[in-house]
Amino acid sequence: MGLEDRAATRHIAELRAVTKTFGNVVAAKDLNLTIGEGEFLSFLGPSGCGKTTALRMLAGFEKPTEGEVLLDGQVVNDLDAHHRPVNMVFQQYALFPHLSVFDNIAYGLRQRRPRIDRSTISTKVEQALETVRLGDFGPRRIWEMSGGQQQRVALARAIVNEPKLLLLDEPMAALDRKLRKEMQFELQNLQRQLGITFVLVTHDQEEALSMSDRICVMEGGRIVQVGSPRDLYDAPRSRYVAGFVGTSNFFDATVADTAGNSVTLTLKGGPTLQGTSDTLFSPGQEVCVSIRPEQIALTRAAPATGSAFPVAIRNRIFLGEHTEYLAHSDALGDILVLVPRQAELNEGTFNAGEQAFVSWNDTAQLVLEK
Amino acid sequence: MTQKGRNALLLTPAGLWLLVMLVLPLLVVFVFSFGERGAAGGYVPAFTLEQYANLPARWTAFKNTLILAPLGTIAALVIAYPLAYFLAVRCAPRWRTSLLILVIVPFWTSILIRSYAWIFILGGRGLPALLETVGLDDVRLINTPFAVLVGIVYGYLPLMVFPIFVSLDKLDKRLLEASADLGSTPWRTFLQVTLPLSIPGVATGCMLVFILLMGEFLIPSILGGGKVFFVGNALVDLFLQSRNWAYGSAVAMTLVAVMLVTVSVYMKFISRLGGQRDDISLM
Repeated sequence: MGLEDRAATRHIAELRAVTKTFGNVVAAKDLNLTIGEGEFLSFLGPSGCGKTTALRMLAGFEKPTEGEVLLDGQVVNDLDAHHRPVNMVFQQYALFPHLSVFDNIAYGLRQRRPRIDRSTISTKVEQALETVRLGDFGPRRIWEMSGGQQQRVALARAIVNEPKLLLLDEPMAALDRKLRKEMQFELQNLQRQLGITFVLVTHDQEEALSMSDRICVMEGGRIVQVGSPRDLYDAPRSRYVAGFVGTSNFFDATVADTAGNSVTLTLKGGPTLQGTSDTLFSPGQEVCVSIRPEQIALTRAAPATGSAFPVAIRNRIFLGEHTEYLAHSDALGDILVLVPRQAELNEGTFNAGEQAFVSWNDTAQLVLEK
Repeated sequence: MTQKGRNALLLTPAGLWLLVMLVLPLLVVFVFSFGERGAAGGYVPAFTLEQYANLPARWTAFKNTLILAPLGTIAALVIAYPLAYFLAVRCAPRWRTSLLILVIVPFWTSILIRSYAWIFILGGRGLPALLETVGLDDVRLINTPFAVLVGIVYGYLPLMVFPIFVSLDKLDKRLLEASADLGSTPWRTFLQVTLPLSIPGVATGCMLVFILLMGEFLIPSILGGGKVFFVGNALVDLFLQSRNWAYGSAVAMTLVAVMLVTVSVYMKFISRLGGQRDDISLM
């Protein structure tokens, strides 16, 4: 399903001017967000940014101090967690240690009133076990399962209820790197296969970028930008977003002149740059220029066109398909450059202390508010 | 020193203590139980089953113990569980420590003094006098099984509260959220998650209180007034008053046997309740 299709589908959940305070602490401030049916949305931000609070308000564990939480068009502020058609995969899984894998997964179905008959429960649980590829593990005890298996049980325990919304609270934080990668693919497949709306909370940008249809970046209790991973990467609205979604080089600058959406900037060190921005800036304004490391070319000779700066190579890290260079320019300061393998083969490897030039297209420069 | 040697060293003090203070005396009691009473009391070596044949004479003591000890345990559990639940789950953390200390405070005074206090509360000028004002005449509380029950529940309540508190306190509160998230009402969450996971604490508390109650003699002698007596009181009487050591030994050995049987039946029951759970490890 393409993004355009998703935008047209109806809203399964919505936050309307939601604020949550704990005593004097404002955990979430004026959140406005719609979540489309069948979409994979991630809340991304560092710890304490309010992403978990947002998730817990959707689950029904926290009541908003102000504003409204809607599920399926209904305001659910006062609906307790156990009445909401929403299920959660908890950070440390929160599996019931006194129940078998089967009974853990059957737990939600057994709470339904009117009761579901035994054979239906059994069929659904077996199906859920198959879905998470734990076919024969039903009779096992929770403590006999590995971390990755426990995570699948937690997933099965949630999806077996066919929730309108599946909430995932840092579900991979406890897994090692390799397993996390695998689970990312699996989660994404599962979401497509089941068509359930997934809402993920994570501080791991890679996780958010690789799985989500849309990412909601949060900072200090507020939503700072919502968009597709590509939008956020290519057109971050602030230095914070540019720094959180991918890595970037940031240079402080002052706006010298504007004409349409083209901006002339004076860098701290003196040189000027031509940039583009959708935001309107006024001359004299302090801004920040962001240039992604992979959009910078590293060459031995200055290129004929575009901006180029002489640099001294400081450090080199071989990453396989890329090589990461840390270079220093007198005008710009430290610059991170990501050189693809092929470019490096063409240009040759640079050693620490060597002189070189960094250059980029003007379109690579993003002018951001500070 | 080898690992084995070090282990032996760790166990030596406790082992010696148990050997000298428990195993040897128990052996002495066992041997005495087959002997006879001397003319002036004490013990005369013999081999006779006469003392065991006389056991039915002390049936009331066994009956009282076997009724009131389980009853006291159950009553303590019924009172302690809600209290422990409140302290561990509901109570604001800043109050918790102070309230827990309040649970222990009674231990700062001797059980003897605390039991005497109950004489006044349950005696003629205490509760019964109050009840008279609302029209309930001639209520007798002191020197009844009820008085003994009140006394033992009061005395042993903290021993029941603490193990249950600990098991409820270490219960992962996210499990309760998970249960709610899966559609369970608070009451069903209690029955399906909280209660099963607090069974280890309940089992430990019941065991502690029950074993101690089986050997109790102080509270029945103070609040039972010689009318409600435990096996412990019979032993005090036999060893110290009538100086019939042989008979006393037989009664003591029988109490040990009864305790072994009830406790092992109880453990069987608990471990069956626990099934294959790893969090119940009384056995």
